[in-house]
Amino acid sequence: MREKVQEYRKLFPLLSKDIAYLDNAATTQKPLPVLDAVRKYYEEDNANPFRGVYDLSERATERYENARAKTAAFINADGPENIVFVRNASEALNLLAYSWCGDNLNEGDEIVVSVMEHHSDFLPWKHMAEKKKARIVRLDPDENGYISDETLDNVLSEKTRIVALTQVSNVLGRVNDIKHIAEKVHRAGALISVDGAQSVPHMKVDVKDLDCDFLSFSGHKMFAPMGIGVLYGRKELLDAMSPFMYGGEMIQTVHWDRVTYAETPHKFEAGTVNVGGAVGLDAAIDFINSVGWELIETREEVLTKRAMLGMKDTSGISVLGSGDWKDHKGIVTFLVDGVHPHDTADILGRAGVCVRAGHHCAQPLMDYLGVKSTCRVSFAFYNTEEEVDRFLEELSKVRGLMGYGK
Amino acid sequence: MENKTFYNEVVTDHNMHPLHKHEITDPDLVLDGVNPSCGDEISLQLKVIGGIITDGSFVGDGCAVSQASADIMLELIIGKPVDEAKRLSALFLKMIKSEATEEEIEELEEAGALEDISHMPARVKCAVLGWRTLDEMIERLDKK
Repeated sequence: MREKVQEYRKLFPLLSKDIAYLDNAATTQKPLPVLDAVRKYYEEDNANPFRGVYDLSERATERYENARAKTAAFINADGPENIVFVRNASEALNLLAYSWCGDNLNEGDEIVVSVMEHHSDFLPWKHMAEKKKARIVRLDPDENGYISDETLDNVLSEKTRIVALTQVSNVLGRVNDIKHIAEKVHRAGALISVDGAQSVPHMKVDVKDLDCDFLSFSGHKMFAPMGIGVLYGRKELLDAMSPFMYGGEMIQTVHWDRVTYAETPHKFEAGTVNVGGAVGLDAAIDFINSVGWELIETREEVLTKRAMLGMKDTSGISVLGSGDWKDHKGIVTFLVDGVHPHDTADILGRAGVCVRAGHHCAQPLMDYLGVKSTCRVSFAFYNTEEEVDRFLEELSKVRGLMGYGK
Repeated sequence: MENKTFYNEVVTDHNMHPLHKHEITDPDLVLDGVNPSCGDEISLQLKVIGGIITDGSFVGDGCAVSQASADIMLELIIGKPVDEAKRLSALFLKMIKSEATEEEIEELEEAGALEDISHMPARVKCAVLGWRTLDEMIERLDKK
């Protein structure tokens, strides 16, 4: 498997630099098949899709719609009409919150949001709840990020309309049992929107198996370019939702006094769409399929385990959430005793080790865990044992460099 | 890659053993400074009698650079006239922009230890947090 990883690494131009790129939960590097596909699209097939009747425009339309079908198959959606292309998971969640809540939320209704959500899966719901005089009900997992049945039962009520929950926490790395939770949510008569930004790139996500109503994710965290993302929704739910943005390409007919909007999913895609990004996502999905989930998941587990065991052996390091590496989907958030996370990340960065520092756009979770900011190391399958060891080696020097133990 | 660091002894020492990180009684001026992007925060407190900064302190939370820089700044300005503090603050900002002469950096005493920050755009805002807060404080004082 390690030889295979070395072969795949050669496809990532940026990984040839002398750095250990361990900030994959923020964004992944891009492989040549993706870069080439985007370039080839712009060199050979680029035109404004949907508009022209000439061959080139039809080709651009085809490339875009092929990407939609590829994405639908990737998450086992019924079909391309379940896939709305957006810029990223943040836009997907904004579209959903504005449009769905705008149409369906009433005064006194409740939206359940977990405290570990990314700001993008909290602020749109909060905004709409305030606008609609509805209530946000906070779901608190235990300190390891685990959501028990009891916790869930306590927040679900007959007033619950929708539950917003991440499949993998971008801080704790914990995988939520969405299938089980979705069943309970549905039984309570509510819908479930899943933030898949940190799960879709790292594990097989099957919307039918999970039985989720909506799923949002970003292309750039799964080897595709920045600027392309996905909102998956059940067809009947998307059909019933109002457009989020108005403009070109999302209509059937427009007259001064009457407008008919386009069908799902086009009614949500106003303006010229990001065909280049969609082509890149298409190629990224092909790439992931060719690597295979077995290799991806096994490698990420190996790296996570090695990092966490090494961190346990390094003095002054504490990991947030579960101490068991099996509970971390390639994401490990930590603190160095007495050292501010920005200093830690700066010192590691100077040594060529790229990790994230800050609140990871999850300040409510930081408050809940009683920390102000943290460092995060996150893996992709292309990372190596050597990179983990380099991280551990540099991490062990941090306290000394900051004047401790002298 | 060379692990060159501006975490020199002056900075780490002021971070670990700050001289002025505490509350003072009856401060005349109190102002909070925040770096929203990274969460560094300080609350600067000064006692000013007859145009002289007779005492000062800060409390806060943030990276070593932001906290040490504030501590070094207070060490430099306590006992000096407000106008002089204003001048030194301008010198510090000049140094951070790599525009200060050697003589000017010398005037900044220990704050000169932060000179290398000028090559680290991402950390500049940490280094200037205390000074920026001081400037704003003096500006408000001038308007009174």
